[in-house]
Amino acid sequence: MMDDLALLGFGPDGWAPLLLKGCVLTLAVSATSMAIGTVLGVLLAWARLKGPRWLRRTALVYGVVLRGVPELLVILLLYFGLPSLILSLSETFGWDAPGLPPPFLVGSLSVGLVSAAYQAEIFRGGVGAIPRGQFEAARAMGFGDLLCFHRIVLPQVARVVLPALGNVWQFNLKDSALIAVTGLSELMRTSLVAAGSTRHPFLFFGLAMALYLVLTTLSSTAFHYGGRYSNRWDRG
Amino acid sequence: MEEHLTFIGSVTAQLVRAVPVTLLILAVSGVCATALATGLTAMSVARSPLARLIQRTWTFLFRGTPLILQIFMIYYGFAMIPWIRHGMLWTAFRDPVFCTCLAMTCCCSAYIAEIFRGALAAVPRGEIEAGRACGMTGFMLLRRVIAPSLIRIALPSYSNEIIMMTKSTSLASTITVLDITGVAQQVIAHSYRTLEVFCAAAALYLLINAGLSALLAALERRLDVDRAVPSISVPPVVEPLS
Repeated sequence: MMDDLALLGFGPDGWAPLLLKGCVLTLAVSATSMAIGTVLGVLLAWARLKGPRWLRRTALVYGVVLRGVPELLVILLLYFGLPSLILSLSETFGWDAPGLPPPFLVGSLSVGLVSAAYQAEIFRGGVGAIPRGQFEAARAMGFGDLLCFHRIVLPQVARVVLPALGNVWQFNLKDSALIAVTGLSELMRTSLVAAGSTRHPFLFFGLAMALYLVLTTLSSTAFHYGGRYSNRWDRG
Repeated sequence: MEEHLTFIGSVTAQLVRAVPVTLLILAVSGVCATALATGLTAMSVARSPLARLIQRTWTFLFRGTPLILQIFMIYYGFAMIPWIRHGMLWTAFRDPVFCTCLAMTCCCSAYIAEIFRGALAAVPRGEIEAGRACGMTGFMLLRRVIAPSLIRIALPSYSNEIIMMTKSTSLASTITVLDITGVAQQVIAHSYRTLEVFCAAAALYLLINAGLSALLAALERRLDVDRAVPSISVPPVVEPLS
């Protein structure tokens, strides 16, 4: 029992510093992929709603494929496929080989690409929830596209979309555990290494579960208060 | 080009042979998770506070942690518990397919139970009261009034969850199961050709998901009584003479 505590502590044999570092890395990867997903998701939603026909089709196919293929497969494809793609590209164009892309970037990009497909659907629904009359009123007032987006679309969509984005964030957080297969030492990978080298898998996986619970609970609380704050004028 | 196509053909043939493993995991965990979710939903509206607490804890635990961690916990972690390692259960727990099914059953039951719970709350109260007024109790009320509404309300979200489960089966490959993803990784280890193999695997998953969602959409249409042609003619309402 005392040995177990020493393994979990901050001492020379303790894994606590590494596990905490893993937590931070998990949060960083999730946040990066969430940001990638939001930017790409907005573009995809715009393409679906306003784009020319071929772009609309492309965005639709993107959504169907990225939401229908396992996340693990996307991560593996990018992690193993991207280097060879970069290599062949640099060969054809005669650049110097840029070396392997860092696992952090590949991991957050792959989770972000999947996240974008889900976020695009959410943003599309959010824009759909705005009454059409408001767009017509904005046009009648002489608003341009950008002003209309800034004054009419953004404030309302941001509010409607927040709870759904909270859900996507939870999925991102849990999907980030899959990046462990690329060897990035986030929480999942660290607990795997710890379990392997100390031969106490039950202990370390249990601890990792507890840490993930802390992360998900904290972030759902944050989204709850964020939602209350953004709807503060709504309550009669 | 010729060589390319024959390679993709042979890879696809190899991957197709792994489809039954993926479908087996999906079917077993899908059926078990749905059954367990029904129980959890019943617990969520039970009178006993203990039952409600168990349901809430279950949901919190399995929705708050990544499925891959749950799979590793069951496959590697539980093997360290002496009474599992040296007991009757060891034959089951040393089988990675069983461990995947168990983890997916626990995890997905928590998600499905939340869907059922939401649908149960959306069943119109008046229907239940009307059923009670007609003298229905317990099981008959559930079978004739609650379940038909609940299934129709829950079906779209339930279909989504089934698609999610199909994608989750790929995690079995991380504990040595040779499902579609597992075989794909094996082929890559021999051939070093990542792009073609993963794209073929992705196409198979898309095909499975397209089939499943078509099936569930057909079920949804069939159950949609509002759009179906009425089989009995309703007599027009006659205004009472005043």
